[in-house]
Amino acid sequence: MSAQPISSMPRSSMPDITYNFAYLDEQTKRMIRRAILKAIAVPGYQVPFAAREMPMPYGWGTGGVQVTAAVLGPQDVLKVIDQGADDTTNAVAIRGFFEKTARVATTTATAEATVIQTRHRIPETALNENQILVYQVPIPEPLRFLEPRETETRQLHALAEYGLMHVKLYEDIARHGHIATTYAYPVEVAGRYVMDPSPIPKFDNPKMDDCPALQLFGAGREKRIYAIPPHTRVRSLDFEDHPFKVQHFAKPCALCAATGVYLDEVILDDKGGRMFVCSDTDYCNTRQAQGHVGELGVPAEDAA
Amino acid sequence: MSEQPLLIAEGLGKNYGARLGCRDVSLEVYPGEVLAVVGESGSGKSTLLGLLSTELVPTAGRVSYRLRDGRMADLSTLSAAERRLLMRTDWGLIRQNPADGLRMAVSAGGNVGERLMAVGWRHYGQIRDEALDWLAKVEIAGDRIDDDPRAFSGGMRQRLQIARNLVTRPRLVFMDEPTGGLDVSVQARLLDLIRGLVSEMGLAVIIVTHDLAVARLLSHRLVVMRQGRVIETGLTDQVLDDPREPYTQLLVSSVLAA
Repeated sequence: MSAQPISSMPRSSMPDITYNFAYLDEQTKRMIRRAILKAIAVPGYQVPFAAREMPMPYGWGTGGVQVTAAVLGPQDVLKVIDQGADDTTNAVAIRGFFEKTARVATTTATAEATVIQTRHRIPETALNENQILVYQVPIPEPLRFLEPRETETRQLHALAEYGLMHVKLYEDIARHGHIATTYAYPVEVAGRYVMDPSPIPKFDNPKMDDCPALQLFGAGREKRIYAIPPHTRVRSLDFEDHPFKVQHFAKPCALCAATGVYLDEVILDDKGGRMFVCSDTDYCNTRQAQGHVGELGVPAEDAA
Repeated sequence: MSEQPLLIAEGLGKNYGARLGCRDVSLEVYPGEVLAVVGESGSGKSTLLGLLSTELVPTAGRVSYRLRDGRMADLSTLSAAERRLLMRTDWGLIRQNPADGLRMAVSAGGNVGERLMAVGWRHYGQIRDEALDWLAKVEIAGDRIDDDPRAFSGGMRQRLQIARNLVTRPRLVFMDEPTGGLDVSVQARLLDLIRGLVSEMGLAVIIVTHDLAVARLLSHRLVVMRQGRVIETGLTDQVLDDPREPYTQLLVSSVLAA
């Protein structure tokens, strides 16, 4: 068949596909909502659920997509971010998926969104009580690489035996002189369960504590859902003489001069040139529009 | 030695399907006492150790243990949480193969510190000091603290396993052939070390071994097993020097200058 634009193909050969709202059928969404309710009732506990095959590969956010589909309503405004950016492949694909299957409004502005699906970041703009943050989780079990037996890790969670988690941090200090874990940094939720916060930088860990928004975590391949209800105590594990610390950046964002935000390194040339810019693109763009200019930035009116 | 036993086993038995593991074993261990269980391969020694340390579930009989508060508790009635707490504070378990008892990918310091962290130590400096202290006690140089046990010799691994178990100052230690697979000179030093620690800490020890020399060096009392049953018990010297049962006589006479 010759390369013919899809829109000009005869209508008869392309049957209209109508999806159920947000792709999943209602029974599946009920099943996922039940798991979510249980996860909210037991903060930090990994609730098994019957994850479905989704029209995307594992590792691309199948867990997050199912959780989003289950909580999404027609009035919701969806934002999808990947490594803080709204315009990367994963974010664009998932946003397009829900535009097509749920016909919900989408946005890139954190403040306007009611449901935010995220991979690897928590937005810089503080969340509010009308928002739900959905995380994509590759490996939900924080003890996985210390104790490979799933039966044993369940026992450890059930009996709250978390000494092993500190063995990992001990090893970090013994080898590197400080706690070298920088992402997926283990947290204790509501004084009980130790939880993997998904691979967000530890910079974002303090944002989970006492957060007014509901935080849901979906792991599609591992078939687990867990949650942090609003205003829950989330504590990053540490030692008394090696307290938890977040990353610090020497210079502000090169484009918007923001400080106290998480920055990505961007290589500029093959002579060692580099700049550090906000990983949260929405936050950076908003600041640039407000007239903030970093050392490599272009003033907003000149760019236009 | 106080008069009240630390651990009592009554009519202990274990079947693996139709096969017999051990049958009708009763024994008592007192605080500070070293009890050796000897017998040839397949006589039910390791099964007995598994039953006593709650790793196996008995088909008959029961094991009771005196908790730190002086209460005598039937181990099968303890909750899983209580049993595990007992395992990592009040008990130690030294396995024949150190790779089974150690975390091979974790540094020596982490191996020793794991129990401390499990009982709530959260100060890195203190954990490290305690680990160094224990490595010195088991004759491992302090500068090996950040090496993982894969870089250690067999004897060092076994000593590390001992440090890892004794760091919470347990009252009862189970040892399953602790000198198995080590060469003779290393065995002798390890036995010296164990004997020193046992008397210094007042440990009660149940040691399973097929090596009568080990039993003679370490233990106060001896239990001889054959085909899953206890056939003779008594003071170590008494049993070894003046064995009563024909099988024990055979066992003793088959050892070169035991």
